[in-house]
Amino acid sequence: MIIEEKLLIERSKPGLRAIRLPKSDVPELRAEDVIPSHLMRQAPPELPEITEVDLARHYTRLSQKNFCVDTHTYPLGSCTMKYNPKINEDFIRSPVIRRVHPYQSEGTIQPLLRMLYDTEEMLKAVSGFPAISMQPAAGAHGELTCLMMFRAWHRDHGGEDRREVLIPDSAHGTNPASAVLCGFKPVEIKSNDRGLVDLEALKSRVSGKTAAMMITNPNTLGLFEEQIVAIARILHEAGALLFMDGANFNAILGRARPHDFGVDAMHMNLHKTFAVPHGGGGPGSGPIGVSAELAPYLPAPVLRRDEDGACRLDYEREKSIGRVRGFYGSVGAILRSYCYLRILGEEGVRRVSDMAVLNANYLRKLVGEVLRIPFDRLCMHEFVAELTAFPNLPERPALQAAKRLLDLGIHPPTTYFPLIVNECWMVEPTETESKEDLEAFAEAIRQIAREAEEEPELLTSAPHTMPVSRLDEVKAAREPRLTWKG
Amino acid sequence: MAVPADLKYTKSHEWVKIEDKVVITGITEFAVKALSDLVYVDLPEIADLTEKGHPYAEIESVKAVADVHAPISGEVDEINEEVVDNLDFLAHDPYGKGWLAKIQISYPDELPSLLSAGEYEKLLTTQE
Amino acid sequence: MPYISLTEPEIREMLDRIGVETIDDLFAPIPEQARFTGKLDLPAAASEIEITRELTEAAVRTTTLDRMNSFLGAGAYDHFIPSVIDHLAGRTEFYTAYTPYQPEASQGMLTAIFEYQSMIAALTRMEVSNASLYDGASGLAEAVMMAVSIHRRRKKVVVSAAIHPEYLATIRTYLTNLDTALEVVCTEGGVTDARALAAAVDQDTICVAFQNPNFFGNIEDVVALSRIAREQGALVIASVDPISLGILAPPGEYDADICVGEGQALGGELFFGGPYFGFFAAKMDYIRRIPGRIVGETEDGEGRRGYVLTFQTREQHIRRAKATSNICTNQGIIALRGAIYLACLGPHGIREVGELCLAKSHYAAEKLAAIPGYRLAFDAPFFKEFVLECPKPAAEIACDVWPDGIQPGVALSRWFPEMENHLLVAVTEKKSREEIDALADALARAGAHESGTSARGAGR
Repeated sequence: MIIEEKLLIERSKPGLRAIRLPKSDVPELRAEDVIPSHLMRQAPPELPEITEVDLARHYTRLSQKNFCVDTHTYPLGSCTMKYNPKINEDFIRSPVIRRVHPYQSEGTIQPLLRMLYDTEEMLKAVSGFPAISMQPAAGAHGELTCLMMFRAWHRDHGGEDRREVLIPDSAHGTNPASAVLCGFKPVEIKSNDRGLVDLEALKSRVSGKTAAMMITNPNTLGLFEEQIVAIARILHEAGALLFMDGANFNAILGRARPHDFGVDAMHMNLHKTFAVPHGGGGPGSGPIGVSAELAPYLPAPVLRRDEDGACRLDYEREKSIGRVRGFYGSVGAILRSYCYLRILGEEGVRRVSDMAVLNANYLRKLVGEVLRIPFDRLCMHEFVAELTAFPNLPERPALQAAKRLLDLGIHPPTTYFPLIVNECWMVEPTETESKEDLEAFAEAIRQIAREAEEEPELLTSAPHTMPVSRLDEVKAAREPRLTWKG
Repeated sequence: MAVPADLKYTKSHEWVKIEDKVVITGITEFAVKALSDLVYVDLPEIADLTEKGHPYAEIESVKAVADVHAPISGEVDEINEEVVDNLDFLAHDPYGKGWLAKIQISYPDELPSLLSAGEYEKLLTTQE
Repeated sequence: MPYISLTEPEIREMLDRIGVETIDDLFAPIPEQARFTGKLDLPAAASEIEITRELTEAAVRTTTLDRMNSFLGAGAYDHFIPSVIDHLAGRTEFYTAYTPYQPEASQGMLTAIFEYQSMIAALTRMEVSNASLYDGASGLAEAVMMAVSIHRRRKKVVVSAAIHPEYLATIRTYLTNLDTALEVVCTEGGVTDARALAAAVDQDTICVAFQNPNFFGNIEDVVALSRIAREQGALVIASVDPISLGILAPPGEYDADICVGEGQALGGELFFGGPYFGFFAAKMDYIRRIPGRIVGETEDGEGRRGYVLTFQTREQHIRRAKATSNICTNQGIIALRGAIYLACLGPHGIREVGELCLAKSHYAAEKLAAIPGYRLAFDAPFFKEFVLECPKPAAEIACDVWPDGIQPGVALSRWFPEMENHLLVAVTEKKSREEIDALADALARAGAHESGTSARGAGR
């Protein structure tokens, strides 16, 4: 039985405390004596008054209402929900990393700076780019940073009026959103019947107004853009730049390096490819790799290693676009990836993509026995399945089946994305799922397909085993209640 | 599906009532039904300029946003602020209390290209 | 490799099922010209023992905050972190989950975010909070971008020169590519010059952004600054230190439109600058312009209370090119730490932390200003941080006292060449009287002899 968990504020009782602060060891000072009264708080904040026991019970119970990678298969497409090794968590708990202030003098933190420098070197090795910035806080942030750099580069190269950014119709929503934030105009490029960028459509859209193209490779259908070299050439010949969304980098680690195949700038998601835990939504980290030509535009500071072996942060960068956040970057996240890459080594990194692609293709074969796979050929790390073939399930079958999957103990894949396939699931098993787990997923789908024919209401009323059944999202939007005060 | 005969229409499911130098416009019953579960209407500001065929307002359902396209080019003269707080007006009376904006006509020669009720009904039969 | 459970026979079986001979065949879709056939320039695989040993060696060559007497602040602070935070936020059910796309399987995180939003709203006295943004600097830039999207016809953003220089740089970067001007209003006596602000703000002003306490630690007359903005219809954006809000007026009390700030002080580790979280709260009127995730309460078919991501039509995955922000996620686990911190402290604890910061920083200021050659740079009221003017360059002073294991503060010449002798000193509730006295003694010695500066171990 699941008992409804009270909110903290509902457990609050006047006088309870979860923490005691030490008595002051300096002379008493009344705030009223040093701060003008009109600049002081009038009423105490309405925060809960509870004990540490309440807190421990509350958050532990809440945690038990979550699916997570450590408890469930979590094949969210394009999110790369791989296992997060525990050594990474312990590694960054070291005071050498955790107990360091961002303005501490560089002489006192050389080992930390060296680890950051080495992380950049390792990211260079896997991506092929000669320059890296680890400042961006997330993938979308890295993408935005690259586009800002493109804008600055064009400005310096007589291309101020190049304002169009070409984006395939299968792209993540962040791509057009980032383009607009940089003053660019997104232009959609249709996919062809093989799920890839249509080269003819691309050629017809490229012009002297084109600033760049944003491509995801492998794309959101899990397919490698076979014409990537030609795509890069078309853009470069037109004076435009090529950005690659690195969300799906996990698939090609050690097999292909984006800069080698013509990409000018890309972001990497440390929380996808390089095992930083997703944290229930964050923090991630979105380092970017760029070509030598773009390097002067990187956000400042840039980390460098001098001849004496010392690592320094270089703030004096004339052409830099500036900053996209405070301080150096999400060091706690970045160094989890450092630890991960060190543990993997060269061989391990290749093994990641090998097994990720193997798992995805094996699962594609198993799932393909039940569901339609619209682009059914060798995929990379993920594939897209269509859930339209259920006559007894007329309304939003991809949603209904996803909810039923929860009952069977599996987190559903990404639903309704990419937008170019109807009623779809985007399935990314990652390299860390076992063969049994993949087969269990396929078996669950088989069961759901059977139920869709025989007892469709089992799906439309699912989930049945979660703490709550389907929640009323219309009510949430029409009668917003966004804090416990209402 | 109601398609009042005295109104003009667009292919993108807006209705238009021509009144001398301004038009009153809103979305058709067909559009309202297609959107379902409306949660918000974002209207333009008075004096905003509209361009025929370009978005000037937005209607949100829980997981989608639909653009409302300007039937003509002109300047927004008046908006229906009441509909923002009463989405039911839109749901139950799209041609009356659910109107969205009044737009001053910039180019009267744009008007003949609007669809008649008959033409719009024909369009709907191809979409159902 | 310890994280892959496929055996060789299984791999063979899987390849057969797929219908290919080798693993290499799986990569056939990558055209030959795009393939990488070399060896990646990566170090050899390390074991857990080896990687741990590396940390032990690193510890010898690192001076962590625990091995020094630090008065560093300037936007990142060494506040006390209750033990319970690590234990609860460190639960794998929280940190190995993703964004709650499936609400039925994510009620834990969604409830926690809803409570986070509630507590941020209570602390700031704003009507609504989002689920958090990347950090304080980018959060402020997002607030400015949101204001730009609200006041589409206005063309100028006005910002106080007393905000964190890195926040100002971030705003500048974000605005570079838009058709919006940025005007920075000078300071007078360490606070925003109200007269200059009044002269800068006009009917074309989108918003006025200031920080409180400001970068120099001083308390702004937020009531006056907000009034100047509002008189011209400009939006008020306040970037605040959450730890100060037990004592200082929260932005909701002076009718700010948007309130942002760096959340690190709320239970976050320093980590050389991140990951932190930016809190972001606003008036309900602007709900459809707020960037980032928002969680709302609703119910299921049986009337049970539950939580979902709501107002998703604002976001990039639906609105794409028309979204006002490209943000996808929040800083989940770090924001969760913030929520646990606020619940831990409660209404009285948050005030007590503020009182301790206030008392200790004032004790320090008085003590340091009494040393011959030193004085406080400003007369303005301050909260936990103040600017000390030294008898010689502050960077030299910092080198001088380092042999005593003291980092006396941040030398402001780093951003303000004209403030060469100025030191920004932060005193949190964690500093003891002995540590403050030790700082005073060291500064006295450093100020007494003008020569013989040494750079032992202190770098830049």
